[in-house]
Amino acid sequence: MLPNFSYVRPKSLDEAVRHLDSPENRIHAGGTDLLGCLRERVFGVAKIVSLSGIQELKGITETAEGGLRIGALATLREIAESPLIRSKYPVLAQGAAEAASPQLRNQGTLGGNLCQKPRCWYYRGDFHCLRKGGDLCYAMVGENAFHCILGGDACYIVHPSDTAPALVALGATVRITGAGGPRTVPVEEFFVPPTQDLTRETVLEHNEILTEILLPPPPQGLRSSYRKVRARRSWDFALAGVALALQFRGEEVAGGRVVLSGAAPIPWRSVEVEEVILGKRLDAETISAAAEAVVKNAEPLAQNDYKLPLFRAIVEEELSAIAKV
Amino acid sequence: MKRIIQLTINDKEYEVAVEPNQTLTDMLRYELGLTGTKKGCEVGDCGSCTVIMDGIPVNSCLVLAMQANGRKITTIEGLETEKGMHPIQKAFVEKGAIQCGFCTPGMILSSKSLLDKNPNPTEEEIRAGISGNLCRCTGYQKIVDAVKSVGK
Ligand SMILES: Cc1cc2nc3c(=O)[nH]c(=O)nc-3n(C[C@H](O)[C@H](O)[C@H](O)COP(=O)(O)OP(=O)(O)OC[C@H]3O[C@@H](n4cnc5c(N)ncnc54)[C@H](O)[C@@H]3O)c2cc1C
Ligand code: SF4
Ligand code: FES
Ligand code: FES
Repeated sequence: MLPNFSYVRPKSLDEAVRHLDSPENRIHAGGTDLLGCLRERVFGVAKIVSLSGIQELKGITETAEGGLRIGALATLREIAESPLIRSKYPVLAQGAAEAASPQLRNQGTLGGNLCQKPRCWYYRGDFHCLRKGGDLCYAMVGENAFHCILGGDACYIVHPSDTAPALVALGATVRITGAGGPRTVPVEEFFVPPTQDLTRETVLEHNEILTEILLPPPPQGLRSSYRKVRARRSWDFALAGVALALQFRGEEVAGGRVVLSGAAPIPWRSVEVEEVILGKRLDAETISAAAEAVVKNAEPLAQNDYKLPLFRAIVEEELSAIAKV
Repeated sequence: MKRIIQLTINDKEYEVAVEPNQTLTDMLRYELGLTGTKKGCEVGDCGSCTVIMDGIPVNSCLVLAMQANGRKITTIEGLETEKGMHPIQKAFVEKGAIQCGFCTPGMILSSKSLLDKNPNPTEEEIRAGISGNLCRCTGYQKIVDAVKSVGK
């Protein structure tokens, strides 16, 4: 059973923000993550504020500068199938296509994918762990095969999103609207690591709505890709994944980002790999140095050191593949 | 507080009084007696609650009944006509793709939405098309065979 709540479907952003006057009033986009959390009693709820009636949050359009504006309510399916995204930002189309299941991609939105709650099974279960305001991380000493190898500190979740690494790699920004007016935040700074505050996942206040995702125009020589490894062929979260958005000048990597999924509590920029490949041709030597670098600073938990060879292998394979494009 | 919603289910118009916290699955099963839509995990894992909403399959356990206001829904009950079972239903029976049957309504609706878009899917496309539907009995091969046999 879902807990009791009231339901509103405002027609405008202003009206929606006004309904968010209590932290127990929850934003509802596709509901694919929210309803699961409510059913599992991960957090409480008084009112559901559906965004589905707000037209301006929909659609995918090109910007005047040649970038892209994606409304927060664009579904993962729309993103995976958009000819514009597939041709200009393949890493994002691939991330969306690799997320969840067909039914969930039909209903789940990009905004919701970025704001989804952690999948740590203690957090989703009956455990009052640190992240929920308790005083213990059960994963640290318990079942931690699917937890992080980088960036953990008191809490060891991995960020569940397959689209967020692509957006960080592409240097995207998000627009946010709240009672205090709109603001713009780079996706890279949107996620909050446990080192900073382990009771929140994003910089959003309870009364703020993510309204759109903005992609800069693709830079000269951009090649991008997303690779995800999961335990089975049907839907599953990433055990390990890597999003590449690299600018090539001839055969040389002139810039770009390498971002990991399944590695850390936030989409994890691997500056170690970026340093190895910047200014280089992706020859065998550089690629094998990059594969070593990706796990150089990893601190695996008791049950997840299997992720180290996985990350080495996907970095090696994806860099080899992108060098040949 | 209950509110009245209007929607079309299997080409029939309905008006239903629903609670804000009622899911589409529960509305179909308990308010309308359409129990072909199954209730498994209720958190999006299994796909047994799959229905087609405005042409696309969704997990009805994650849809609030309120959200279905004004929408067009197809459930497994809507596939049979006076001419008999839908070709996909027949294929599932003939190929032995049903054991306990719990996943079957969802599997068939996912398959239908795949075949409507892509009448001749490859095995790979079929497996991707039903990847949001878990079956704990058949090992999937016979389901894939059944969908393939309709595709030709
Ligand atoms: C079985 C299963 C498997 C999955 N596998 C994957 C996977 O492999 N990879 C992956 O990336 N994801 C996966 N997901 C997550 C899925 O992609 C997300 O549930 C979906 O994208 C969320 O979108 P939504 O619109 O349904 O969000 P909702 O459920 O409506 O919202 C999710 C959260 O974000 C908040 N929110 C939503 N929109 C906004 C907004 N615009 N502004 C502010 N806050 C907002 C809500 O309040 C809520 O807390 C999986 C989910 C399930 C159930
Ligand atoms: S990893 Fe984080 S969410 Fe999971 S039990 Fe530990 S504190 Fe809680
Ligand atoms: S009951 Fe809806 S997905 Fe399992
Ligand atoms: S036939 Fe039993 S779950 Fe599929």
